[in-house]
Amino acid sequence: MSTKTKNMLTTLLTLGMTALAFLLCQLAIVNDWSWMTSTLKGQLVNICAWIIMAVSLNLVVGISGELSLGHAGFMSLGAFSAIIVGSWLKRGMGMESGELRFVIAALSAVLVAGIGGFLIGIPVLRLKGDYLAIVTLAFGQIISNVLRLLYVTVDTDTGSLAMALKIGSGTPKLPGKDIIKGAQGASRMPQDATFVIGFILVMLTLLIVLNLNNSRSGRAIRAIRDNRIAAEAMGLRVTKYKLMAFVTGSALAGLAGALYGLNQSSLQATFFEYNKSIEVLVYVVLGGIGNIWGSIISATTLTILPEMLRSFSEYRMLIYAIVLILVMLATNNPVIKGWFRMVSGRISDRRNRKTGKKEARP
Amino acid sequence: MAQFLEALVNGISLGSLYAIIALGYSMVYGIAKMLNFAHGDVIMVGGFAVFILMVSNGWQPLLAVIAAMFICTVLGMLIERLAYKPLRGAPSLAVLITAIGVSYFLQNAAQLLWGANPKFFTILDYGNLTVHIGDSQFNISIGKLLSVAVSVAIMVGLSLFTGKTRIGKSMRAVSEDRGAAQLMGINVNATIAITFAIGSALAAVAGAMLVGVYGVQLSPTTGAMPGIKAFTAAVFGGIGSIPGAMIGGILIGLIEILVGTFVSTDLKDALTFAVLIVMLVAKPTGLLGKPMREKV
Repeated sequence: MSTKTKNMLTTLLTLGMTALAFLLCQLAIVNDWSWMTSTLKGQLVNICAWIIMAVSLNLVVGISGELSLGHAGFMSLGAFSAIIVGSWLKRGMGMESGELRFVIAALSAVLVAGIGGFLIGIPVLRLKGDYLAIVTLAFGQIISNVLRLLYVTVDTDTGSLAMALKIGSGTPKLPGKDIIKGAQGASRMPQDATFVIGFILVMLTLLIVLNLNNSRSGRAIRAIRDNRIAAEAMGLRVTKYKLMAFVTGSALAGLAGALYGLNQSSLQATFFEYNKSIEVLVYVVLGGIGNIWGSIISATTLTILPEMLRSFSEYRMLIYAIVLILVMLATNNPVIKGWFRMVSGRISDRRNRKTGKKEARP
Repeated sequence: MAQFLEALVNGISLGSLYAIIALGYSMVYGIAKMLNFAHGDVIMVGGFAVFILMVSNGWQPLLAVIAAMFICTVLGMLIERLAYKPLRGAPSLAVLITAIGVSYFLQNAAQLLWGANPKFFTILDYGNLTVHIGDSQFNISIGKLLSVAVSVAIMVGLSLFTGKTRIGKSMRAVSEDRGAAQLMGINVNATIAITFAIGSALAAVAGAMLVGVYGVQLSPTTGAMPGIKAFTAAVFGGIGSIPGAMIGGILIGLIEILVGTFVSTDLKDALTFAVLIVMLVAKPTGLLGKPMREKV
C-alpha cells in the first residue's frame, strides 16, 4: 500500500470514527439513554471546543515541534471577537438566524486569531525551545491582560459599536448597551453554538490538520521539526513553514474560542490565562504528541473526568492531579515501559509460535 | 523625584524577592534541565507552614520561617524522588506535564487542608523609614529593606556555595555536562536532589516574605503568579545562570513597579511581559545565558 492511500485511509477512518461518535451521542439524546446525563449534555459543545483546541495545539507542538504555552490566548481572541460580532448582529442589526450569526462571528474569530498568530509568530518563531515557550506564555498573558481592560457597547437603535480600553482610574463611559465590561467580561451574548455546529467544526478542523499533515507542506513542517539544519540545507524555507503551522493552529484556536464563547452565558478574559493553555497542553501530551486521535480522546476524557469524579466531591481535582502524574509516570518511566514491552513481546512470541511465524525483535 | 525614588526602592525590593524565586527555577533548570512548574506552589506551602506555626501555634517568626524552610526542603526532595526521578531520561515535555500535575496536586491538597479563605500574617514589621528630600518625602517599609538584605545575603551565600564548596562545584559540573560529570565520579542523583532541596528552602523564605512583608494574601493559588513572574525573570536573565536569575529578578521587579507607578497599574503585567519579549527577541538566550551550540 502506498503512503498516499494509507494516509487517506487514516484520514477517512478518523473522520468516520468521529462521525460515529457524534451519531451515537445524537441517538442517546433522542432516545434519552441513561448515560447521557444532563451534565454531559451541557458539556457536549465544550467538548467539541476543547477537541479543536487540542488538535490545533497538536499541530503546533506535535507536528511543528514548537512548545507553545499561549494557545488559550488565541482562543480568547477568537471568543471575544465572536462575542462582539455575534452580539452586534443580534442586538445591533437584529439578525434573526442563529446559524448565520454564528457563521459570520466564527469567520471573524478565525480572522482575528489568525492575524494575531501571524503577528505574534514572526518574533516568536525566531526563538527555540523553552525560550519560545516562555514568550508564547508572555503573549498569552498580555492578550488576557489587555482583554481584561476592554469595554465594548452596542447602540441597539442605530447598531453602532463603541470600544474603549481602560487605562488609568475610572471606567470608560460609552453609549449604548454593554457587550464586554472590562474585568467583568462579556455577558448576554447570543448562545448560538449547538452540538451540530460543534461537530461540523471538529470535522473541519480534523480535515484541515490531517490534510496539512499529509501534504507537501506538512512533510516540510515535519522535516524542519526533525532537523532544522538539514531541512534548511535541502532548500526549505524554515520561517514560512513554521509560520504556516503556527498561524493555522492559532486560527483554529480562534474557531474553538468562537464555539466556546457563543455557548456560555458569561465569560471573563481571566478564564484564558496560562492555566488554560497548560490544560490544553496536558490533553495533547497525554493523548500522545503528534497523535491526532490521542488528542481527541484525551480532550474528551479529561473534560468529562472532573464531572464524573463529582461523587468524590472535594477530592476530585486532587484525584485528577494524581491520575495525571501516575499516567505520565506509567507511560514514560523506562522501567515500566520496558515491562510493558516485555509482556507484549511475550504475547506476540506465543502467537508467532502458534502460527509458526518468526519475527525479528529489536 | 520622591515618587521616583520610592518606586525605585520598592522595585528593587520586589525584584530581590523575584530573584530568590527565580534562583530556584534557574538552578533546577540548569542541573535537571526541567521547568519545575510546581516551584510556585512550594512557595505557597512555605507560606502556609509559616502561617500555621506562627499564627496558629504562636511560634517566634524566625523559628517559624526556619521550620518552614525545613518542611519545604523535605517536600521538594520528596517531589523530586517520587515524581521527577522516575522520569530521568524521559522526553522533557513528559517531565513538564508531570510538574504541572504536581502543581495541581499541591494546590488542591492545600485547598482541602487549609481552605480557600485568604489568610494574612506579618513578619519583619518594624514600621516605616521616612526620607525627606527638600519639601517632598516618602516612606519605605523597614521590613522591605530587611527583606532586601536577606535576599542579598542569600544570593551572596549561594554564589559562594556554588563557587567554592565541593557540592557546589559538582552542581556546576552536572549542569555543564551530566554524562561527563558522572564519568568523573560525581553522584548525579544526589546532586539533583540537593539542588531541589536548596531551591525549595529558598521558596519557603520567598513564601514567608511574599505574605509577611509584601502583604499578598495567602490562598492555595498564591504561588502561581509570583512563580510565573520569577520564571520570566529567570529566562530574562538567561535560564540556568545564577547571576542571571538575580539580575533578571531585580530588573523584572523594577520594571513592574516603575510601569505600575508611572504608566498604568492595569497594564503593568502586559508591559512587563512585553519588555521580556523585546529582550528575548533581541537576545534570544537572555541577558547572561550562554548561546546554544548546535551540532550538525
